[in-house]
Amino acid sequence: MSSPRGPKACGGGAADRQIHVLAVDDSSVDRAVIARLLRSSKYRVTTVDSGKKALELLGLQEPNVNMIITDYWMPEMTGFELLKIVKESSALREIPVVIMSSENVPNRINRCLEEGAEDFLLKPVRPSDVARLCNRMR
Amino acid sequence: MALHFSSAHPISALHPLLCFFLHDTYPEMEYASGLQRQLASMKKNLFDQGYLDEQFYQLEELQDESSPNFVEEVVTLFFRDSSRLVANIDQALQKYPQDFRRLDNFMHQLKGSASSIGAAKMKNECTSFREFCNKENREGCLRSFQKVKKEHAVLKQKLENYFQLLKQVGPVDKATHSGN
Repeated sequence: MSSPRGPKACGGGAADRQIHVLAVDDSSVDRAVIARLLRSSKYRVTTVDSGKKALELLGLQEPNVNMIITDYWMPEMTGFELLKIVKESSALREIPVVIMSSENVPNRINRCLEEGAEDFLLKPVRPSDVARLCNRMR
Repeated sequence: MALHFSSAHPISALHPLLCFFLHDTYPEMEYASGLQRQLASMKKNLFDQGYLDEQFYQLEELQDESSPNFVEEVVTLFFRDSSRLVANIDQALQKYPQDFRRLDNFMHQLKGSASSIGAAKMKNECTSFREFCNKENREGCLRSFQKVKKEHAVLKQKLENYFQLLKQVGPVDKATHSGN
């Protein structure tokens, strides 16, 4: 069922070239699902449960993160707030940020895109959504 | 007729043609295929009666050799989180005056997780609850929450039965799953 240029081709081969995605979500269920989705497409995935932990990881010397995918609604720091911080940081602003949300709120989507989000995915996220992200990696 | 068996089953070591000829002689095969039918029927009911939706199939599609128990793991995570959230909502509903924003917050999380595993009926009851919450209708919330709890308990039991049977049947070729 996988198409020739489908998600399976996307994540990269050798470990040093493998694309690394940082997934941020406070829901353990959603973390498990997004991680599995991304790993099926051969991405290397790190999951964290908050924006704060995401920033800690991104602040490391060699985080080597090629994309951030984050839930919108999280306690303490929303995905939007995380997006803003990333885009305002000279070190991190080149990293594409994708927002996920279970709610289809046009204002919210626009605000995120205007703030520099690469894409906005509605949950539950599908393999076709992940395939779409393939070309957006840094 | 093609028969598929768990790789742990001793008879699966036999050549498939031999399996066919020995069909009547080995009652284990009858038993195995009976369990498979039961499993398929159970699964079909879960979907036909609206307990599960398409998202559950999506999770099954993500399961493979590298992640052979993925669906059960995610469902286990769900019930761990949902039980906690249900308890939180129960407590929050006892309080007076009602903090509707806090209630809605909890329910948003519960609905989100339910949606992620394809728990359709639960998701719908959560939506109803949130509607009462938005209108700050305490009675409505209380009534609606009883339904949420009921759906939660029913789904938990049904999925426990499903995974228990799945274990007995063993890994099955995806092609034999009904409704795919």
